[in-house]
Amino acid sequence: MTDPVSTRVDFLVEEENPEFKALKRKRFSVVIPLSIGFMAWYFLYVILSTYAHDFMSTKVIGEINLGLILGLLQFVTTFAITMFYVSFANKKLDPPASAIRERLQQQSEGTTP
Amino acid sequence: MSTVAIGDLFASSLDKVSQGVTEVENNPVLNITIFAAFVAVTMFIVLRASRNNKSASDYYAGGRSFTGPQNGFAISGDYLSAASFLGICGAIAVNGYDGFLYSIGFLVAWLVALLIVAELMRNTGKFTMADVLSFRLKQRPVRMAAALSTLAVCFFYLLAQMAGAGGLVSLLMGIDGKVGQSLVVAVVGALMIIYVLVGGMKGTTWVQIVKAVLLILGAFAMTIWVLALNGFNLSTLLSSAVNNSGVGEAILEPGQKYGENPLDFISLALALVLGTAGLPHVLMRFYTVPSAKEARRSVVWAIWLIGGFYLFTLVLGYGAAALVGADAIENAPGGVNSAAPLLALHLGGPILMGFISAVAFATILAVVAGLAITAAASFAHDIYASVIKKGKVEDPDAEVKIARRTVIVIGAVAIIGGIGVQGQNIAFLVALAFAVAASANLPTIVYSLFWKRFTTRGAVWSIYGGLGSAILLIAFSPVVSGSETAMIPGADFVLFPLSNPGIISIPLGFILGWIASITDKTVESPELAAEMDVRAHTGFGAEEAVEH
Repeated sequence: MTDPVSTRVDFLVEEENPEFKALKRKRFSVVIPLSIGFMAWYFLYVILSTYAHDFMSTKVIGEINLGLILGLLQFVTTFAITMFYVSFANKKLDPPASAIRERLQQQSEGTTP
Repeated sequence: MSTVAIGDLFASSLDKVSQGVTEVENNPVLNITIFAAFVAVTMFIVLRASRNNKSASDYYAGGRSFTGPQNGFAISGDYLSAASFLGICGAIAVNGYDGFLYSIGFLVAWLVALLIVAELMRNTGKFTMADVLSFRLKQRPVRMAAALSTLAVCFFYLLAQMAGAGGLVSLLMGIDGKVGQSLVVAVVGALMIIYVLVGGMKGTTWVQIVKAVLLILGAFAMTIWVLALNGFNLSTLLSSAVNNSGVGEAILEPGQKYGENPLDFISLALALVLGTAGLPHVLMRFYTVPSAKEARRSVVWAIWLIGGFYLFTLVLGYGAAALVGADAIENAPGGVNSAAPLLALHLGGPILMGFISAVAFATILAVVAGLAITAAASFAHDIYASVIKKGKVEDPDAEVKIARRTVIVIGAVAIIGGIGVQGQNIAFLVALAFAVAASANLPTIVYSLFWKRFTTRGAVWSIYGGLGSAILLIAFSPVVSGSETAMIPGADFVLFPLSNPGIISIPLGFILGWIASITDKTVESPELAAEMDVRAHTGFGAEEAVEH
């Protein structure tokens, strides 16, 4: 599995590199709250659908009830989280990640045997 | 009650409709023509795409040559299987609101894939899920376990697709007998084997792309049509669904299907949302793109396409309830799974029905091919090359050769299994595959990406524990025995009351992985853990060095 290209890089040192640690921290600082948020929201919806039948059957507009609206809101939040995360990852994660990657690439292609 | 009387009235008039339906379908020449044209076109694509299939990377990962949007379509193609189209439409048409949960769970699940799994997996793996799981642990036991759970998930997923194929063709050709349907399943299996043998990953990816486009366009057109018939007013559509459903208002309210067994609903919801990120054939699609950025782009495309499609199925499901009626659907050959084709027949006559069914059929073929290639890659790459040959395969073609032979075996197994599950709702069967994936694969994926202390023993316990408990609970659930609709209708050995095992087996997979790791004295290589960490977050070693 290990490619020969990686042998010249000391990953233990690299893992402690502040640049790398900052990259990881940045990813987790967004991904963890988002994940907790969408899971909580999804299970709130599921539990309401399971145990609050009357509440979810409340009619809002014509035949459209609260359950259907909350269900459609799940779609909306999924799309919103996707767009937010992608713009975050493109702007904040990709540049430092590719900087580290290129540095490691040069390191591993270095002349020292 | 007057609603009941109206329901009965509709039921009897719809019985006539469904008799009419069978007569129209018994003009199978048209259907076969459309279908044969589809097979010919897709086969042509497969042949064109596979001319340059040489290396293992070509065969398993399509040479990593696909762009994000292309791969997004292919992922949607994989994901919008017969379960999503036929199964969800049927579930909404018959169970209303409770069927809608499938759409929501299947979609929200993509956030797990996008936020947690896709990019990091892409950066650390090569061809299969086991590549990632065994990266920093002991190769052989972990690979073996991961490969076995991959095969199990593929098997359950295949069962669902086969059930869909049997139901669909029996509806199209008016074949109602057990023998005829079994024959159909056998033909689908044989076609699938040919696709995969000829095309490899590149060929099947192109078939997925073409099919995804056709499926989404077809569903979109039908959605607009149904809405137009109801003055583009969702409320009007819902009220005519209420009038024709036979259960009245209940079709709009939760509890129609799971009212008596609320835990089953939660168990299903858990399996749906956590399953996607553990589905081996979806994970494998992250390797067909050149970089993590493209992997992310493909997931975004997939989320938009899949989300849009599920909004269509909501309209189509209630549309089928309103225009065709739940009774007519349940009494048709193919049962609940025939809601979408029957709706097409109602809207556009036999030609639209033929088209929609051909698309659905192409869907099944393509998904089955994708599953077969995943299972074959897992067997050849993980079990044969790494465990049996200990990573010393002299002839580079040998692995691909083994993969091709595996496809034939998988095809045979799928045919036999598919004959056993005729008539079950496909979305429901797929949910079982999701439960197995979430129990056996997801814990180990999450732990090995994010938890340093995770050990080989943890991985092995988690995979076998999650896999074993999920399968055992399914075996002793009402799905397999104890009711008329069960797989083995005569027997009754039900010990577990829920039809989806997720609520027990998923936490069990996580807990076993944790306990087995913290009680394990062995320390896994810190160098490999650091390497995996750096690679996962930066893409070092996995990206082409060309982008500057």
